[in-house]
Amino acid sequence: MIPLSWYLLVAAALFCIGLYGVFARRNAVAILMAIELMLNAVNINLVAFWRYVTPEESTGMAWAVFVLTVAAAEAAVGLALVISVYRNRDSVVADDLDLMKN
Amino acid sequence: MFEQILFVLLTIITLGSAIVVVTHRNLFHAALALMVSFAGVAGFYITLDAGFLAAAQLLVYIGAISILIIFAIMMTRRLMQATEQPFNSQRGLSIVGALASLVIMALVIAQYWPIAPNSEVPMASKTILEDAILQGSVAELGRSFVNVDAFVVPFELASVLLLAALVGAILVAWPKTEDQT
Amino acid sequence: MSLTDLLYQIFGNQPWVDLIASLISIFTISTFLLLIVIFLIWLERKVIARMQDRIGPNRVGGRYGALQTVADVLKLLTKEQITPSGADYLIYNVAPILTVMAALLVWAVMPFAPGLIGVDLNVGIFYILSVSSVSVVTVLLAGWGSNNKYALLGGFRAVAQLVSYEVPMILALLVPIILARTMSTVGIIEAQSIPYLFMVPLAAVIFFISALAETGRTPFDLLEADSEIVAGFHIEYSGMKFGMFFLAEFIGTLFMSGLFAVVFMGGWNVPIINLILTFFGAQPVNFAEMGVLGTIIGLGVFFFKMFFVYMIFIWIRGTWPRVRVDQILNFNWKLLVPITLVMILVVAVLDKLIPPGTNELVRASLHLASNILIVFVTLEILRRNGRRRRMQAVQAGTELEEIETGAHDIAEAAHAH
Repeated sequence: MIPLSWYLLVAAALFCIGLYGVFARRNAVAILMAIELMLNAVNINLVAFWRYVTPEESTGMAWAVFVLTVAAAEAAVGLALVISVYRNRDSVVADDLDLMKN
Repeated sequence: MFEQILFVLLTIITLGSAIVVVTHRNLFHAALALMVSFAGVAGFYITLDAGFLAAAQLLVYIGAISILIIFAIMMTRRLMQATEQPFNSQRGLSIVGALASLVIMALVIAQYWPIAPNSEVPMASKTILEDAILQGSVAELGRSFVNVDAFVVPFELASVLLLAALVGAILVAWPKTEDQT
Repeated sequence: MSLTDLLYQIFGNQPWVDLIASLISIFTISTFLLLIVIFLIWLERKVIARMQDRIGPNRVGGRYGALQTVADVLKLLTKEQITPSGADYLIYNVAPILTVMAALLVWAVMPFAPGLIGVDLNVGIFYILSVSSVSVVTVLLAGWGSNNKYALLGGFRAVAQLVSYEVPMILALLVPIILARTMSTVGIIEAQSIPYLFMVPLAAVIFFISALAETGRTPFDLLEADSEIVAGFHIEYSGMKFGMFFLAEFIGTLFMSGLFAVVFMGGWNVPIINLILTFFGAQPVNFAEMGVLGTIIGLGVFFFKMFFVYMIFIWIRGTWPRVRVDQILNFNWKLLVPITLVMILVVAVLDKLIPPGTNELVRASLHLASNILIVFVTLEILRRNGRRRRMQAVQAGTELEEIETGAHDIAEAAHAH
């Protein structure tokens, strides 16, 4: 007896926590962790809608699997970039990477 | 009744560890809390009858991405890391912004799908699925991935994307000179 | 006749009966596992000792040393637990707990007997693979939390091996899933009218090798190579925390042997009996319908098969030397993964081409023929490759081993200076 809105609220809360993490953290790896939280929130949203609206079709679940895949690929490339930036600039603090500023 | 208790428990675990992820000073503890949060999300998938997705979440996120994140934390540390501040100057504004967006989203949700758990509101409870549909859901998903009218093109594109990410990540992180390893 | 049905008969159809049944089965499986490790450790020590022409423990508890493991556990429990200075308190203590947790969680889908399974998920094999990959992270946490460079290096090596060998394990487990059209463990047992060991032996061998590597047994035991890096990622753990890692390794090994018995050898079924009976025109026997007697017979058959495979694990440990870490990764990525990918392709295409109504024996012999073909082609490629490199070595005037390990290039570079 759980209404759909409960799942949506949890997903919204997780998304907002991730949003706060992306804006407020200094370390680039911490920002990437918060992005993963946001992607998870989106996935919960998708799967909740799939289960409550069209559970016989597999569209929702397939879409959620694709989001999972893309998130994994993006995490891999993002972390490789962070490591490469650390090697060249010796800092992963997002404020220090301002070469293109002004 | 059990369902609601389980749901509240999962919510506390997931959201609590998510808050630890974005606020904790020690990045390693934040990565550990991220793993707990992923496990909580997998628990949500199980309550939504998406067992395949829950196992995929465990396999991909906890078994692979968490290891990547821990490696990245280890390789980008400096000696004075523990005394660094975790937050930048936008902290106050971002708390306000995040809370504002949460309030707006909650209002929109509550307007279309009411929150009270009684059975007259629309989408108040899950439709009971027959066993046959539940048992065959993974096969249905598999068929939709290779069906020309369904998702074969996104499926192939996702595999090309993974290949590109694999090659790209290796190339980007390859040490240029010997003293960079 | 499962536990849930029994409880329904006693208590009626109430919602908390499911909960009680689940709790009872969780308790039973966990207690059984934690107690059987005592027997397993003793068995391993005795068998390896006999293989090495000595006797093994024979003092504690009678002539056969039966209580030796109990004495070891008591020793571990009373040892002083030294925490290294600077160790991260949370991560250092959580790592052994997580390892045992992951090792115990996978047993939920192991079918012991008809009706005796924790939960019959329809994604059983996938669940096993995902929970096994959780135990990879704990190795890294243990290596990091010890605040010790060498533990960290041991953790890196261990993670490299574990993550690499997950790939052929997952792909080799896909082959019985393709043949049985289901991921549920009970479904795979029931679909084996001929054990998959005889139908796709290459998949069985590849799964066995990757299971050896995933559990960290010899010849892939650089995770805890006692003579090389002094216990690798769990150097700094003493007392019962080390006991937890030890426990998790044995539970994991037993699980892999049980999984091999279920997926490739027919689980609690004895398919030969049914083959012989249908050959002679009699009625095939099905343990699932025989009530309590069927459960007991199935349980016995399953345990026999599981311990048979476990003895092969012990046999390999007592006989073969350790593989070097670069050889392990080379072997995996250059040999196992390509051959497994080719095998999946061949099995899937062949199974689709075989019309659905054919005799099981015909289908089995076609798959067996394709597997033997793959093995022959691979061995031929390896043979020609080896011959070509040996010719190169003869022309360069050195031995093949020097070219392989790069010693030749180093010697040349040293001469050039």
